[in-house]
Amino acid sequence: MIPLWIYLVMAAALFSIGTFGVLARRNGVAVLMSVELMLNAANINLVAFWRYTNPTEINGMAFAAFVFVIAAAEAAVGLAIIITVYRNRHSVIPEEARTLKG
Amino acid sequence: MGDASFSLIVAFTVFGILTLGGALGVILNRNLFRGTIWLMISLFGVAGHFVLLSAPFLAAVQVLVYIGAIAILFTFAVMLTRSLTQITDRFTRLWWNLGGAIVLFVVLVGAVIWPVWGGFTPGDDILFANVMSTTDLGIALVDRGSDLRQGFVLPFEVASLLLTAAMIGAIVIAREADDEEKGKRG
Repeated sequence: MIPLWIYLVMAAALFSIGTFGVLARRNGVAVLMSVELMLNAANINLVAFWRYTNPTEINGMAFAAFVFVIAAAEAAVGLAIIITVYRNRHSVIPEEARTLKG
Repeated sequence: MGDASFSLIVAFTVFGILTLGGALGVILNRNLFRGTIWLMISLFGVAGHFVLLSAPFLAAVQVLVYIGAIAILFTFAVMLTRSLTQITDRFTRLWWNLGGAIVLFVVLVGAVIWPVWGGFTPGDDILFANVMSTTDLGIALVDRGSDLRQGFVLPFEVASLLLTAAMIGAIVIAREADDEEKGKRG
């Protein structure tokens, strides 16, 4: 069986790549894609720890299933916001959407 | 690698390359439409890891929900927001953020993973355990739970409420304002 730490290192790398995308990309759609990468890294960790510690309990899989739900909701609302901002301001750059800024 | 069989190592390496390479493609690609394709590749790699971790149901959900729904949603968003003025620079504060991401990775590996490096070595009882099946997951998700078994019916219902709220919210946010509202606003 593959050692657990390889999964953890790979998930950490995926999470770091996603963090870089969230912080550095200018396009709002790319930022949301990077958030999906971070959620996937967390999911790999959940399932890996579940498999390597107590695979006879259900909680690891159940948590991963709830992460799917959160990701779907987040993508739907986030993309709706981006499309609305694009329609009103003709821009998908989050820094240029400052209508709510005091 | 110890007792990991050769085919397992090959499969893990292939899926790992798909996952990380796809992720790099997402954040580095100038063309966002290609970025969504890279995202699909990365998500497929994660699905492969779920299979290796003996969670085939999660792999199927990953393919259906992530690749089938969320990635298509991203494709639509990319095509709908095709920028009028081409965004010439991809990144803001590139080197600061790159340094931050590398520091984050080093901290994660050094402070979180290093302490458990050799730990969690599964014994035979875990290696060959009767892993929870899809049926068990389905029962647990709609089960109230008891002292003997776990049940997740409350988070399950909250999740369904969250999905409904997100769906209604997305429709309300992205909807074109009709004439009556426009008149009020003006």
